[in-house]
Formats: sequence, structure tokens, C-alpha cells
Amino acid sequence: MKPALPHSLRTTAAAVAVSLGAASLLFFHPAAQGESPPTAAFWLMLVALAGAALWTIRRVAAIHGTRFDGILTAALFGLWVLYFWQMLVVVFEVPRVLLPAPSLIVQSLVDNPGKLWGDFSQTVLKAVCVGWLLGSGLGFGVAVAIDRLPFLQRGLLPLASLTSTVPLVAVAPIAVMWFGFDWPSKAAVVVLMTFFPMLVSTLAGLKSSGKLERELMHSYAASYSRTLWSLRLPAATPFIFGALKVNATLALIGAIVAEFFGSPTVGLGFRISTEAARMNMSLVWGAIVVAAVTGSLAYALLVQLERRAAFWHPSIRGK
Amino acid sequence: MATSNKAPTPPLARRMWNTGFPVAVLLLAFLVIWYGAAWCMNSAAAVERVLEPAGHPWTWQDLLATTWNMERPVLPAPHQIAVDFWSGLVDWPLDSPRNLLFHVAVTGETTLVGFVLGTLLGLVLAVLIVHSRTLDRALLPWIVASQTVPVLAIAPIVLVILGSLGMEGLAPKAVIAMYLSFFPVTVAMVQGLRSPQVIETEMMHTYAASRWQALWMLRLPAALPFLFPALRVGIAASLVGAMVAELPTGATAGLGARLLTGSYYGNTLAIWSALVMSALLGLGLTTLVAATEHLALRHRRQP
Repeated sequence: MKPALPHSLRTTAAAVAVSLGAASLLFFHPAAQGESPPTAAFWLMLVALAGAALWTIRRVAAIHGTRFDGILTAALFGLWVLYFWQMLVVVFEVPRVLLPAPSLIVQSLVDNPGKLWGDFSQTVLKAVCVGWLLGSGLGFGVAVAIDRLPFLQRGLLPLASLTSTVPLVAVAPIAVMWFGFDWPSKAAVVVLMTFFPMLVSTLAGLKSSGKLERELMHSYAASYSRTLWSLRLPAATPFIFGALKVNATLALIGAIVAEFFGSPTVGLGFRISTEAARMNMSLVWGAIVVAAVTGSLAYALLVQLERRAAFWHPSIRGK
Repeated sequence: MATSNKAPTPPLARRMWNTGFPVAVLLLAFLVIWYGAAWCMNSAAAVERVLEPAGHPWTWQDLLATTWNMERPVLPAPHQIAVDFWSGLVDWPLDSPRNLLFHVAVTGETTLVGFVLGTLLGLVLAVLIVHSRTLDRALLPWIVASQTVPVLAIAPIVLVILGSLGMEGLAPKAVIAMYLSFFPVTVAMVQGLRSPQVIETEMMHTYAASRWQALWMLRLPAALPFLFPALRVGIAASLVGAMVAELPTGATAGLGARLLTGSYYGNTLAIWSALVMSALLGLGLTTLVAATEHLALRHRRQP
């Protein structure tokens, strides 16, 4: 049995529904479709809708207690931004070069599935996936390997931390010279960019197990590898997943920017730079939508994976 | 920040030795590996382009010397990069595009302007978000989510849009550097401005402090330790943004443009020098932020 909604919640829900309904009705007004010049009545309705949009966002933001209220406000806000972007771009006849309407971007996504899928598989499935797995794997492997060599750790850690201040993506032209124009050179850039965050995080994670637990393992006469496997690696999982998440974004950036330096005629970065030069902006936006969705999906996937893998850890349990 | 009741830190000389020595050993090993790699990677081209055409028989010493001094090596030896780097610094007048410092000035200017604008934008946004529940609920999730998205990919669009609005030169590049650096600042500052304890905010309340006073005297000082790590991330992002912004415009000035022209003409040494220079610029800018942090927070370390 659902508890009856409180009065204020019901008005808010009704207001959201009514304003969204009015908004979708206004969307089919000839002026909003770019078929006739906007009339005074149309402007009046648009301004009224803007007021309603602000008011509903405020109302929804004021809701306390439900599980999704945080996401709800952001979603409603995003929806309204998209809506007014669409309406204003059409009504003011903003040139497509400046800012295409969202409907045009969706149109370009629908019209070029083959092209964008090719770019996606070139950049994401090949360069990013291979580079991300190799870079993160190598970082992890090296961290575990030098775990018993404090000398190497003391030498490597400062250098590895310094690399975060260096624009590593600038090695792209060298990678192109060594590995050719195709995806291996992009994967190489990604490997370099993802290696150091993983190395630093894993080393920090391996040190994160508590003194009590380590002494317990010691009193069990557990061997080094047993302690590593049963205590220290599990304790490092949140750190490792943290690096995996950071690396997912870094890998996408690295692969896309590396394609700006030269690539075969396929790939998200190539698409973005060449179509921008040809002023075909709706396809550029389409490619960016693909990249953005990929980034957020990868992140969400890793968060879910982390919850499965480290469900016992206090940082996850609290959520 | 009362962190002084820990075990006494070892003297400076000891600490320097503890990290400095391993780092030096590692760098030396790295250099040796580099020379070895240069020999391996260049030997094929060295034999084909230099030693065979010469006609007379050659020994392995000749091969070694050739691989480390090639005109367009696959992997230049460190001393070649050092020589080219130094000549890029001193052999040309400062306003010549052959001088590395000229490019550093262009990229550094873009980075700093974008960084300052981005930081200001981030600060203003964070203050607004902390004081408005609506903005907090509507905007912050999008700003956080944008961290998972390759926002740098929008750079060519920003260039096209600002270019058709008639903005040229520094401004479009600085805008890209700005929007890359404002995300981390906003997220960290929201966290920092919220870091004061309930007891402290209630005390401000009992003093009848206005929102501005509470912001100025309590929230902002409390947020500083959160701000500076974000600034370090922000300036690194700003540098990447400035360099990437130089790519699609066909710009002729800046480290990014220098990398691109080097790769067009297969000028390996120029690429490596530009790479070393951009690494140094990144380190320098981060040091600048770290020095500011040191200066701003120097009173807090005193027990």
C-alpha cells in the first residue's frame, strides 16, 4: 500500500505534469516548428512556460525525503534546458553552425548510425578498451610487483605523482610516428595516461589495510602472498576502482585528443575535428553525445561493479 | 589543522636522501634504458640511411654512434633532445616562432587566463550552489556527472562558435582552458564551503552574522584546504585545454601548434623538445599553485 502523497507533493506533481503537458502542446505550435514567425501570444506562452519551469524546479528541489528527489530535480532541470534550447534556437533562427537544435542533433544520430557506430568501434572498442585495460593492468601489475621493494617505491612514487601535472596527451604525435595512424597509436597514448594513476592508487591501496588486521594475519603465520591475497588486495579494491573510474574518463579524452593529431578517416575525435572544420555541427554534436553517453555509461558500470566486488567495504556499505 | 602531535619527522637531509637517492637511481636507470632503446629502434634506419650508403665496412661502434646522432631518429637520444631544447631556448630571438620560449609564452598566457577565469567562475558557482537549494539540486548533479564525460571533445565546437562570433586569438583558447578548469574547482569548493561544523555555523548565527559575513569569515577560510588541490588539478587541465585548443585552428603559435607542425614535417627532435617544454611548463605552473598554497596556508601549520 502506497501512503497517500502529502498535499504539497501532490500540487508539485500536478504542476510538473501540467507545465510539461503545456510545453509539449506549445512544441507543435507552427512558430516552434519554424513554419511561421512567432506571434505575441506565442511569446506570452513561452514566457509563462519559463516562469512555470523555474517554479516547478524550485518546488521539486524543495521536496525532502524520497529516494530519487536529488536526481529528479536534475532531470527536470535538464529537460527544461533541452526544451528551451530547442524552442529558442528555432524561434530566433540561430544558424546551425552556432548551435543546432537538439532535434537536429537527434536527427543526425538517427541519420548516421553506420558512421557513428564505425567511429564508436574505432575509438571506444579498440583504442580506449585496449589502452584502458593494458594501462590499468600494467599499473596494477607494476604496483604489486614493487610492493616488496620499498626502494623502487620511494623512487617511483614521486615521479609517478609528477606525471599528473604533465600534459601526457602531447605524446600523441610520437605515438603516431611509432605505431602508425590507426588505433594502436591511440591505445598507446591511453596506456601512458592510465598507467600512472593506477600505479599510484594501487600502491596507496596496498598500504591501506589496518594495523590490527595485518597483525592478525601475522599471528596466523600467514605468508606474504596469503596476506596479500586475503587482506591487502581486498582492502585496496576501493582505491583500484577509484583509479579505474578516473582512468575511464582519461582514456576517452586521450583517445579523442590523440585523433586530433592524425588518424584514419574514422573515429570520434576525427569525426569531431573534421566535421567541425566542415561546419557540419549537428554531426559533431552527435559524436559528442556518443562520447558523453559512453563516458557516463562506463562510469555507471564501474560503480555497479565496485558495489558487487567491494560490497563489504565501509565506503560502499554506508550507501 | 592540528597535525603536529605525530611522531617527529626526520631531519630534512635524511628525508632528501630517502627519496632523492632512489629517484636519482631510477632516473639514471631510465636514461640507460633510453639509450639502449634508441640504439635498438634506430639501428635499422641507421644502417639503411647512413652506414650502407657510405659504402665502407662499419663496426658496432659506428652503429652506436650513428644511432645516437641521427637527423630524424625514431627515438632521439636524450643528449640530442637536450641540445635541440637548448638551441630552441637561446639560438633564436624571443619573438621568433623557432624559439621555444615564444611558444611557452603563448600557451602559458592562454593557460593562466583560462585558469583564472575558470577559478573565478568555479568560486562564484560554488557560492551560489551552497546558498541555493534549487541550484544545488538542479546544477550540481550535472557538474559532477560532467566529470565522467570527455568535455575536452567540445573544444572544436567552442572554437567554431566563438570564431563565427568574431572572437579570435587568445579568447577562444582561454574559454576552453576555462571550462576545463572550472569543474574541479566548483566541486571541491562546494565541498569545502560546506565543511564547517554545525557548531561553527550556529555560532555565526548567534553572533547575528549575515550570510556574507558567514561566507567571508567562516566558509571561505574553511574551504581553502579543499580549494588548493582542486586548483592543482585545474591548472593541469587548463594547460591540456590550451594545448588542444591550438590544434584545430591551424594556429602557428603555442606548444600544441609546435607539436602539430613537428608531426606534419616528421621533425622528431622538435616534437620531443616541445614535449619536454610542455612537461616543464606543467610542472612550473603546478609549482606556482603549490607555492601560493604554501603562502596562503602558512599560518595554519603553526600549532
